[in-house]
Amino acid sequence: MATMYCEVVTAERTVYSDDVNMVVAPGIEGELGILPHHALLITVLTYGELTIRKDGEPDVLIAIGGGIMEVSEDRVVILADSAERAEEIDMERAEAALRRAEERLRRRRQENIDFAQAEAALRRSLVRLRVAEKARRFRHRPSKPPSQQ
Amino acid sequence: MASLREIRRHIRGVRSVAQVTRAMQMVAATKMQRAQTQVLATRPYARHAWEVLQHLATQNGAAESLHPLLEARSRIETVGLVLVTSDKGLCGPYNANIIRTAAQFIEDIGVPVKIIAVGRRGAAYAARAGRDLLKAEFSDLPSRPRLLDITPIARASIDAFLSGELDEVYLGYTDFVSTLVQRPRIRRLLPLTAGPGYRSVVRSSVVQEEEPEAPAGEYIYEPNSQTILDIVLPRFTEIQIYQAILESLASEHSARMVAMRAATDNANELLRDLALTYNRARQDAITREMLDIAGGVEAMRG
Repeated sequence: MATMYCEVVTAERTVYSDDVNMVVAPGIEGELGILPHHALLITVLTYGELTIRKDGEPDVLIAIGGGIMEVSEDRVVILADSAERAEEIDMERAEAALRRAEERLRRRRQENIDFAQAEAALRRSLVRLRVAEKARRFRHRPSKPPSQQ
Repeated sequence: MASLREIRRHIRGVRSVAQVTRAMQMVAATKMQRAQTQVLATRPYARHAWEVLQHLATQNGAAESLHPLLEARSRIETVGLVLVTSDKGLCGPYNANIIRTAAQFIEDIGVPVKIIAVGRRGAAYAARAGRDLLKAEFSDLPSRPRLLDITPIARASIDAFLSGELDEVYLGYTDFVSTLVQRPRIRRLLPLTAGPGYRSVVRSSVVQEEEPEAPAGEYIYEPNSQTILDIVLPRFTEIQIYQAILESLASEHSARMVAMRAATDNANELLRDLALTYNRARQDAITREMLDIAGGVEAMRG
């Protein structure tokens, strides 16, 4: 099957780079599935899960916090504001972050909390949790191919 | 001559100084390496962000009109200088060098300068050097800064530029060339210009990457090129500051390492001298005592 080169980078490190068969990314206007030989595209990504599929290997799940994706002939480059592979996510810390974000949102009336910022933090932590949980489920049932979303 | 006890105390003091400087030298060496790896790790992002910018620029013709961050102003009234120094001293000529370069820059440019100081030393310099020179101070960055830590610095620079308070923003930092050579540098951060200057500015932050090939066809922009520029340009500014800070950190640590090695060497040399003096003093004392005894015996005999 045709492959394309996929690279996921943040300002701090390269999170993923390999030849892959398909990339599903959280575009700002909905999920985008990219296959090799896709039309040239530069798009804005939002918070969400990035799925990278490579034949014969389990899907790679990455929680990203928005960014830019550039698709050229044989290459997908994702410039993410933040990116964590599912297996790197510490569930306990992610849950703690979620609770903190919820708490901040609840108290935003009394205290001077930037709503947009608090909401963004909440969404990010939700994404991280979802990605981590999904990856864990798949690890427990490795035989079943992951469903597409 | 100093008494034996005094010399002994001196030796003890010098020895503990040598221990401390040696430890600092080791610590600086590890930190330097870490900052170096961090700089390298930022390059893929910088390179790709640049490619995206290139594509946007080539496809849209006149890049200046694309975004306010790309727009060069005809009249320059006030410029900003993001000055990266260290919080702590004991790092040889590191701070003095970059501050001297900054002072020269301020003199040469001929318009009022506002300093956005990253690091205590630069802030102290700005506060000392003149009224209204210091615009903002960002100190106490973690020893291993993440991009998140420098976002406020980029924010401050971009906001001041966009609001018209600053017409240009420069970045003053120390380039890490090698363990022995660090070069203070000043280069323009904003506006990013699409001319040859822009290319070289961007190139120096990606370093030694060849030009990306021209895109084969028309890109689709989603939602549109403006939104993409709105996202990429601030990020790109941010990462340039980030790289400058990491370069400076590597430079700081290597300057400190060299300074501490010199201090350790000096202390060891001093220790040798002191040991010699001590032994001589001890021998003198013994000789004197023996003479005393011999003299006493002579006297009793007599």
